[in-house]
Amino acid sequence: MNIITICRRELATFFDSLMAYIIMVVFLGLSGFFTWMFGSDIFFVGQANLSVFFNIAFWTLFFFIPAITMRTIAEERRSGTLELLVTKPLSDFEIITGKWLACLLLIVFMLVLTFPYYITVASLGNIDHGAVFSGYLALILISCIYISIGIFSSSLTDNQIVAFILSLSVAFVFHILFDVFASIMPGSLAQISSYMSVNQHFQQMSRGVVAIENLIYLFSITLIGLVMATMSLRRRLWI
Amino acid sequence: MGIRVSNLSKKYGPQYAVNDISFEIQTGEIVGFLGPNGAGKSTTMRMLTCYVSPDTGSATVAGSDIRTEPEQVRRKIGYLPENNPLYEDMSIVAYLQLTAELQKVPKKEIRPRIREMIALCGLTREQHKNIGELSKGYRQRVGLAQALIHDPKVLILDEPTTGLDPNQIIEIRELIKKIGREKTVILSSHILKAVEMTCDRILIINRGELVADDSTENLRRRAKGADRIRLQIRTELNAQDLKALLEDLPTVAEVTPDAGLNQYILDSKPDADIRADVFHFCADKKMVLTEMTTLESSLEDIFRELTISQTES
Repeated sequence: MNIITICRRELATFFDSLMAYIIMVVFLGLSGFFTWMFGSDIFFVGQANLSVFFNIAFWTLFFFIPAITMRTIAEERRSGTLELLVTKPLSDFEIITGKWLACLLLIVFMLVLTFPYYITVASLGNIDHGAVFSGYLALILISCIYISIGIFSSSLTDNQIVAFILSLSVAFVFHILFDVFASIMPGSLAQISSYMSVNQHFQQMSRGVVAIENLIYLFSITLIGLVMATMSLRRRLWI
Repeated sequence: MGIRVSNLSKKYGPQYAVNDISFEIQTGEIVGFLGPNGAGKSTTMRMLTCYVSPDTGSATVAGSDIRTEPEQVRRKIGYLPENNPLYEDMSIVAYLQLTAELQKVPKKEIRPRIREMIALCGLTREQHKNIGELSKGYRQRVGLAQALIHDPKVLILDEPTTGLDPNQIIEIRELIKKIGREKTVILSSHILKAVEMTCDRILIINRGELVADDSTENLRRRAKGADRIRLQIRTELNAQDLKALLEDLPTVAEVTPDAGLNQYILDSKPDADIRADVFHFCADKKMVLTEMTTLESSLEDIFRELTISQTES
């Protein structure tokens, strides 16, 4: 119940400020531009599938999620409302989870707005509906990780810009660096790096194979992020 | 079942913010928590609201222990933090709704409760505004309204009147008095006047230690010079003789010359009414009393004495 209350309040903040609209417009603009008009776009690929869009959204989300999450806790720290919030009868984990859920719902809403792409491509040729479904699912699942990283970063500071840069840096490690390690490290280190890379899991899942190991990875990284954010809130008790 | 604090301590680094404080507050009491800036008032309040943990010692708020039952404590407390932080982007009603939900006010009661709080805190005319558009006085009322929304047993207000103009201070003070009759109220301030008028009892804290805990009346009585007045007399006598005569009055403890001609500041002996003596003295000697003003409240002296002597030692 508390989680829902926090989540509703966060969503209201997103939509009351221009923030949500700006982010949605830019997200749709960017991903639409690269999907339909530029580079190796859908017409260039010449197949009735959305894999072009999914790969682009994978990158745009990587940049946009830190922008969405940066204010969640940093702003409350700056304005002092965090003290008011944590002295209400709810647990710190509920606060974090509520905020996480709000960000996730915003992302899901943004992705729903790209359904016209799906409808358009479906009318162009024989589309694999299963692949579209798993592509969207993969985007939502990797968003879980990045939101959790973003909220953890936001909980560390009272400065939104610092929170943004921090979460982008951590996300960068998962998005790119582990992939790079996987290609240069020897043997089992390469395997571990490859397992830690969000990119590997995303590629697997968007191909339509959502295995249990993908889910374990996504679930545990997300949970670690949320728990660390909770710990960062609880730090106030002891110092 | 008010607040019971025993041997509470909190260190920030090597320095004690709060050092071994104990006190008890009964239901229905309004207690002022007084001390200079940085004395440990906010830290104590933050420990009572479970915002920070004490290093040693314990406390119960309305029967719940702050260490083992923080959620229970928070449900029983209405808290107004220092500087009154609020969600500027929300409307008053939406904000009170949020607070009510978080405080687990039953769904059916939320709307009437919000209406009640808006009326009680005098927000009726502003109720549809966003909090960001409100003046400081109204923001303070919103802060009080959110602290009161779930009808808490204990009210903890950290500097509720800071930054308000004199009229607003009086309004907030009246509001606190009205509310405080059936609750336990603890409010902090570094300004004595704000506390003296509202509270039945005053705790003075300095450098993390409790230096006084007494009723407002008793503290006043403890003050050295019970009264201090400024006096100006029109007379033929020269200044030396006049001063000597004033010093001979039975209730006068000390005479200090002030800036003007024949202007003096008189401190009375404890529990003595200096003004009657001075009046009769002037009348007998056919002197004209051109000014007689009561200066500062004697509590201010005891506050200064307790907090400064501690700092120097």
